[in-house]
Amino acid sequence: MGAGIEGKEPDVLDSQERARFEQLVLPHLDAAFNLARWILRGRNDAEDVAQEAMLRAFRFFRGFHGGDVRAWLLQIVRNSCYTWLEKNRPMELTTEFDEELYPQPGVTPESLAIAGDNRERLTRALESLPPRSREVLVLRELEGCSYKEIAAITSMPIGTVMSALARARQRLERTLLAGNPVRSQEASRGL
Amino acid sequence: MGCELTESVLHGYIDGELDAARAADFERHLISCPQCAAALEAQEGLRSSFQHAGLYERAPASLRGKLREQLNPPAAVTAMPMRAGGRSSNWRWLAVAAIFFLVAVLGWRLIPGLGGNRGETELASAIVDAHLRSLQPGHLVDVVSTDQHTVKPWFDGKVDFAPPVRDLAADGFPLQGGRLDIVKGREVAVLVYGRRKHVINVFIWPATQPDAKTQSGSLLGYNWLDWRKDGMEMRAVSDVNSSDLDALRKLSEE
Repeated sequence: MGAGIEGKEPDVLDSQERARFEQLVLPHLDAAFNLARWILRGRNDAEDVAQEAMLRAFRFFRGFHGGDVRAWLLQIVRNSCYTWLEKNRPMELTTEFDEELYPQPGVTPESLAIAGDNRERLTRALESLPPRSREVLVLRELEGCSYKEIAAITSMPIGTVMSALARARQRLERTLLAGNPVRSQEASRGL
Repeated sequence: MGCELTESVLHGYIDGELDAARAADFERHLISCPQCAAALEAQEGLRSSFQHAGLYERAPASLRGKLREQLNPPAAVTAMPMRAGGRSSNWRWLAVAAIFFLVAVLGWRLIPGLGGNRGETELASAIVDAHLRSLQPGHLVDVVSTDQHTVKPWFDGKVDFAPPVRDLAADGFPLQGGRLDIVKGREVAVLVYGRRKHVINVFIWPATQPDAKTQSGSLLGYNWLDWRKDGMEMRAVSDVNSSDLDALRKLSEE
């Protein structure tokens, strides 16, 4: 429990605060978990990190004064994920997308539709992107965030969200069409 | 050889993030740029694969459980150490359980009567049920179209009234389609709108009472908003917040 800085009736304040947290923040638990799952590429790690992020959000909650609560929470979740990656899998943060490995194929809507029409393949292609490409796609396509929200969550200037998404989508397109998109990541994890 | 818009503005367009003037410019550009047109089609296909692949992963129950424990430490118990033995604490729990039971029974019997508005409560729960049903795979839309000129005639001959159909994509509520549904034994028209990744169902049927001020409420975590306009009663239901529903109502009344 937070140390009662106010000095009096910390229990009452805490329980009110908790109720407000449960009402405003807890409904976004799925969003928190989903983002962590895709940044970390695994459900078990995501569960731990999302839990830690929710508790951190609860501690910071007094400092939250209205606004977009989902974006506020996801920003905390994202930061927790990157802190975790730095500690546990630092290679992932420095591995860049290898443009050489995925030559620009002749994209036709049909070929892409066929390649994307498979959950397994889409998952693997998405997971093979660098985390920063992956997170914008997840925020946009799965979470339905606006550019403004994506900018807030990722601390990116709003003017660069569109190009970040464009790049991420092109990379996804290329990995999907390259057939076996896991090589570079597997190689980097082996190091 | 490449068109630079394929790598920039196209994405703002797909995401509905261009202002009206830029969107119109880009639409004009599309007519004369086969590269952008193909890329647009490819990206829209990719988006729909994304949505159909079910990649969204919800929080597991174990995580919810752990959070509930950590956010609600048993403060009451530690604050009142029970000096008495197990026996008396058993009695205490029994008493608590009995009181809960009594309250529950009384509440069950009294609340619908107290509400005085039994029909309203039943309608709200019937509509939320219908909303939940619609979210089952394959139940959301009978006619899939973002085009109001396709959805509106689809209802002809299926219901005995003409629901007002408008696409509100430019205002952030893209029309996804329509379907027929049954609510409390009456056939109703349903328009399905998207709001970010959420679904809004708007149930429409001929109003039995004159236009009145809007009513709203929430049930099981879903918000609903009810309004009447031109002899039609409309009720929007979704898990989006109530201000989004109100924005939709205002747009539909314009």
